[in-house]
Amino acid sequence: MTPEDRELAAQICASRAGLLVDPEKAYFIESRLAPVARREGFGSVDDMLGDLRLKRDDRLAWSIVEALAAGETAFYRDRRPFALFETEILPTLARMRGGEPIRIWSAACGSGQEIYSLAMTVEDMRGQIPGAKIELFASDLSERALEKAQSGLYTQFEVQRGLPIGHLVRHFEKAEEMWVLSPRIRQMVRWRRINLIADLSTAGRFDVIFCRYVLAGLTPQMKPRLIENLARALSPDGFLVLGEGESVAGVSDAFQAVTGRPGLYARNPAFRAAA
Amino acid sequence: MKTCLVVDDSKVIRKVARRILEDLGLEIAEASDGMEALAWCRAAMPDAVLLDWNMPVMNGIEFLRHLRREPGGDKPTVVFCTVENDLEHIREALAAGANEYIMKPFDGDIIASKLVEVGLV
Repeated sequence: MTPEDRELAAQICASRAGLLVDPEKAYFIESRLAPVARREGFGSVDDMLGDLRLKRDDRLAWSIVEALAAGETAFYRDRRPFALFETEILPTLARMRGGEPIRIWSAACGSGQEIYSLAMTVEDMRGQIPGAKIELFASDLSERALEKAQSGLYTQFEVQRGLPIGHLVRHFEKAEEMWVLSPRIRQMVRWRRINLIADLSTAGRFDVIFCRYVLAGLTPQMKPRLIENLARALSPDGFLVLGEGESVAGVSDAFQAVTGRPGLYARNPAFRAAA
Repeated sequence: MKTCLVVDDSKVIRKVARRILEDLGLEIAEASDGMEALAWCRAAMPDAVLLDWNMPVMNGIEFLRHLRREPGGDKPTVVFCTVENDLEHIREALAAGANEYIMKPFDGDIIASKLVEVGLV
């Protein structure tokens, strides 16, 4: 790949998804794009980008964005946000909402480990929050990620990253060399393709948004847009969970950090979301 | 420093596991079958046991059942680490008192994640 090709790939990611890709990272870009080029029938990544320069192929451009956006993930990643969800966030909301639905959104769900970790948590604590009506939603930019997530199929390696063995026994079945989540858990989640920096006004209202390790990977111009989009999609008394080391400080005043709860944010009452 | 007994009949596996566990800050002892492991435990009960299933003399599940009946044998955190990767084996291990279960092949990330799970590191 030439520097111009890498520049083009980075530019496609920035303009479509606000994704920050360092054009200097030749190995990263090439290794992510090689499978796309193969799948699309090109002889090489160079050929693919050459073709993209000539024709504006929207579908192909998105395939490139998807390939460069994919991140690492694990069940119960970082553990702490899930403990907080179980011991504080959900019991509090269950009290406040009574029988009204509590809507939880995993924004940028990738291959689904985050939303399924939340779903298993909800399932395992049903007895403690009788009457609570909980609705789980997951979205991602990538159709391929959504397909994988919806299948509920994970490799032996994936089910050993963050998933306690008791959860594996309770919620998974073996399917040849893979592990598949029980239909009961899978059916708890509704899925949608969402570009978080696009217009989210039709996305709905949520009480808890998990949006982790997205902010850190965005271009500086798009960071405030993401945060303000999330603020508009969050109910006034809802909670936003960001990834470790991510912060809204200096990005937007739409949220304020919850004291003593790293990564947890509440809406800033002073922030007025523009219609 | 917490101690971990690595029980596996493969010297290579013991060596790989030792390196990973030492990097996680544990002090390591080794045994090559369940009988040898039981002797270790009777002499000095470890904080944790990383346990293979299929071994000569005494296998992992028999060792675990013996261990849990020993005085103080309820204390060690036992993590199976085996090629047996079906739900029946996993359920049997948990019923016998295993705390966690690793399906081989494993790597450093998996061991670290499982030990965090059981609160050992």
